[in-house]
Amino acid sequence: MKLKSLILAAALAATAGGALAGSHGGKVKVGMITTLSGGGAGLGIDVRDGFMLALKMAGADNVEVVIEDDQRKPDIAVQLADRMIQSEKVDVLTGIIWSNLAMAVVPAATAQGKFYLSPNAGPSALAGKGCNPLYFNVAWQNDNLHEAAGAYASQAGFGKTFILAPNYPAGKDALTGFKRFFKGDLAGEIYTKLGQTDYASEIAQIRASGADSVFFFLPGGMGISFLKQYADSGVGLPLVGPAFSFDQGILQAVGAAALGVKNTSQWSKDIDNPANRAFVEAFQAEYGRLPSLYASQGFDTANLLLSAMARADVGDTEAFRAALAAADFDSVRGDFAFASNQHPIQDIYVREVIREGDVFTNRIVGVALEDYSNAYVDQCRM
Amino acid sequence: MRRERLINAALLLALLAVPLWAWAADEPFTITLATRVAILALAGVGLNIALGLGGLVSLGHAIFFGIGGYAMGILASHAQDHAPLLESPLLIEGTKSMPVIWLVAVIASALAALVIGVLSLRTSGVYFIMITLAFGQMFFFFAVSWPAYGGEDGLSIYVRNEFPGLNTLDPIQFFALCFALLAGALLLNARLARAPFGLALSAARQNEARVQSVGIDSFRLRLVAFTISGAITGLAGALFADLNRFVSPAMFSWQTSGEIMIFVILGGVGRLFGPVAGAALFILLEHFLGGLSEYWHVFLGLLLLGVVLFARGGLIGTLAGREVAHD
Amino acid sequence: MSPILLIEQILNGLQFGVMLFLMAAGLTLIFGVMGLINLAHGSLYMIGAFAAAAVAGWSGSFLLALAAALAAAAAAGVLVEILVIRRLYRRDHLDQVLATFALILIFSEGTRWLFGSFPLYLDVPEALSGPVTLPGGIRYPLYRLVIIAIGLAVAAGLFWLIARTRIGIRIRAGENDREMIAALGVDISRLYTLVFALGAALAGLAGALVGALQSVQVGMGEPVLILALVVIVIGGIGSIRGALVGALLVGLTDKLGGFLLPLLFRGFMEPAAATSAGAALASMLIYILMAGVLIFRPTGLFGAGT
Repeated sequence: MKLKSLILAAALAATAGGALAGSHGGKVKVGMITTLSGGGAGLGIDVRDGFMLALKMAGADNVEVVIEDDQRKPDIAVQLADRMIQSEKVDVLTGIIWSNLAMAVVPAATAQGKFYLSPNAGPSALAGKGCNPLYFNVAWQNDNLHEAAGAYASQAGFGKTFILAPNYPAGKDALTGFKRFFKGDLAGEIYTKLGQTDYASEIAQIRASGADSVFFFLPGGMGISFLKQYADSGVGLPLVGPAFSFDQGILQAVGAAALGVKNTSQWSKDIDNPANRAFVEAFQAEYGRLPSLYASQGFDTANLLLSAMARADVGDTEAFRAALAAADFDSVRGDFAFASNQHPIQDIYVREVIREGDVFTNRIVGVALEDYSNAYVDQCRM
Repeated sequence: MRRERLINAALLLALLAVPLWAWAADEPFTITLATRVAILALAGVGLNIALGLGGLVSLGHAIFFGIGGYAMGILASHAQDHAPLLESPLLIEGTKSMPVIWLVAVIASALAALVIGVLSLRTSGVYFIMITLAFGQMFFFFAVSWPAYGGEDGLSIYVRNEFPGLNTLDPIQFFALCFALLAGALLLNARLARAPFGLALSAARQNEARVQSVGIDSFRLRLVAFTISGAITGLAGALFADLNRFVSPAMFSWQTSGEIMIFVILGGVGRLFGPVAGAALFILLEHFLGGLSEYWHVFLGLLLLGVVLFARGGLIGTLAGREVAHD
Repeated sequence: MSPILLIEQILNGLQFGVMLFLMAAGLTLIFGVMGLINLAHGSLYMIGAFAAAAVAGWSGSFLLALAAALAAAAAAGVLVEILVIRRLYRRDHLDQVLATFALILIFSEGTRWLFGSFPLYLDVPEALSGPVTLPGGIRYPLYRLVIIAIGLAVAAGLFWLIARTRIGIRIRAGENDREMIAALGVDISRLYTLVFALGAALAGLAGALVGALQSVQVGMGEPVLILALVVIVIGGIGSIRGALVGALLVGLTDKLGGFLLPLLFRGFMEPAAATSAGAALASMLIYILMAGVLIFRPTGLFGAGT
């Protein structure tokens, strides 16, 4: 994989055309803009690998994928989207990890008549007033996992929770989402600095607050730092968080500090259905590591695309949109459907961090929200 | 000197010819790339006035770039939502008109540069680099946590702003606007350098004591240069936001300051066309190296290192020989 | 707010300050002696953390990991000094900023090339994990107390090195008059390499110590670098004493500001807005402090001038 602009040679087997029978004959060109270098590269690499694995497993020879690295910079993402639309003439865009990059790219892409399938970012602006017929989110609405954490905290009988998140829009959405489903009282509410690495001060406040549990949303390295320092502080109150800080990619870096922590996720490697079993096995065989949440989302995104291609031609926008909205594919999450604002309706599970041999991973211990969509469905008018 | 002029003319012609060719060949993305070069070069021209003429190593020019960007974002988003910016004491509406946005961007960034200049120019050398960096960080963290205009998520504008008589949605027409502004700024820079103001500024850079002794207030000279410099970079910020139809706090980050500085240094500090050459080279590298390897930053780093160590005077200095244009 | 919580926050501020001092000491030493502004100092910090994580994972020993961090960072420092930095001493700050910025790019992506895109694991050693109870009933993590002790020991060691040893005399002489010390027969380029290696080793030590508490990942050096730059600028560039005072000032301002400002804002705003606005101001506080110091003392608190 030396070349970043990896072009899946669609031509290999079936350019002759005969093999395309069964589908509607149309090839689809996909532009994937994702983060492959710098700090957040792990997430983009997983989305890419999951997506490409699905194409490979399906033997799809009528999909051409152009992959580019956005370096996690909004202006680079916009430039790549322009290039893919203007020069590469792609039909479908996908791949963006971060909400701020999605906000920069998605409105412009859909305005130019391109489909966008989000494998990760689901900002509320694109779920509510800014929803668009050409925009589908295959992962979640950003609030979902936090809402599930609130629901779980209530189910678990916590009555006084301390909540913290970084001081930026996703952090505020996280705390709002948690409070939407949490019925108990708050022992305290803190916004931390974005990119902060030392949490001694926050942990001292948690200790002094008399809380009975802690909810935190600190993605990436922030979460690793917090978990290690929290474990070392001996505060020991139960922790609840969204899956981001407990994902396969970073769990090994947290180590034993995360053991036993409950986290909410719409996917887990032990969800028991044939699609998921095949995915987990194939991913390990192909890449030599366990799949992550992000890999599962990339995998589902590709399968959704393939299912729509089997029903309609991408050139017929209305028909293709209807085919996507039908979500007629075997999701690794089990039941999957789109709400009217084209975000998933799905179960969100509670997972617990466990150790399997030398590897830290998760297992499902319950369901926090069943067949849940999101809070913005009514604001979306299409 | 003559050689440098030839190079400058060639650069300007190339920057004009490439998008025209792309227009004829129906390659709109190449025009977008050229527009990006023109805008980033404009930001560099701004910095070059402070850096090349005044010797002020500012690691905070992202502030002005960002202010310009947000001037566009805020005005256009209010116009887009039909919500007035301010109702009392007087009604201020948002706008989608480029000339008005440019004016606001220039005035706002000039004011910011004036205030920051008054405070920062009391220091010099490394301390000046660091205090401008500190101001940049303040703006960055403020923009990230200020919820009214999107915070970290930034602000999206759905349609590019309007310019009377032109269709700005057409890439070549928008390029023409950016190119004209770049040419104007280059002209201003050339005039300034030859005017008594520019000569005194250069002299103050080279020998502060001598300039003071003939009764020139070097603090005021530098303050004026810093303000003009900030205003031009602010204008570039407004254009950049319009090119992307998007603004975000990333425009305020210290990496952005670093990149603007890289354009200037790659091209040649103090060379009139240094920022143009530097921005063009940077965009070309990003475009082609980025396509070759995920780890292209390694090669970018090696190249920058090579320029600093072995090609002093940057691209233009290497091509045109050692003598510095403005002395 | 209980007095215990306030004392604990002050302790946190001190500890954060000491961590910053480990970074800032090397940076200010290199600037003081060689006049070099080294943005790649954060990369040396990262190298220390990665070396420690790799060796700890392989050997299971934290002491070996610390030794590896010191050795790897010092070795990287020597290599970079000989290949690149040496050519920059006579250049202006602009060239130094650009060249060391280029080094950041090379080190960051090079590390990702070697170690991959996922964070590495490094934990507090068993013997130092968990909290201890201090007089007054404050429960405080032992490892953080150890960091405070190591930081203060390093500070004392540096003061002793500079004030009392032969190398220290040369370093001070080098700061004052390079030509003279060279004329007296001191091998100045060897001295510079030594000082640079010392600064790099300190950054590597900081990276390893802090890496056990935080996330060992590519790009971890840059935020710390910016804070360390703030520290040495407040203290006055080149002054070890200034770096110590600056580090403690920044550490306390950051921790106490983040804790007290939201409480203060709650006096006249509704809680959610106060939390958010307080946090916003707190994140700008140290930069405001730095600008304030420079406006009144343009060469920092203990600076001698540029």
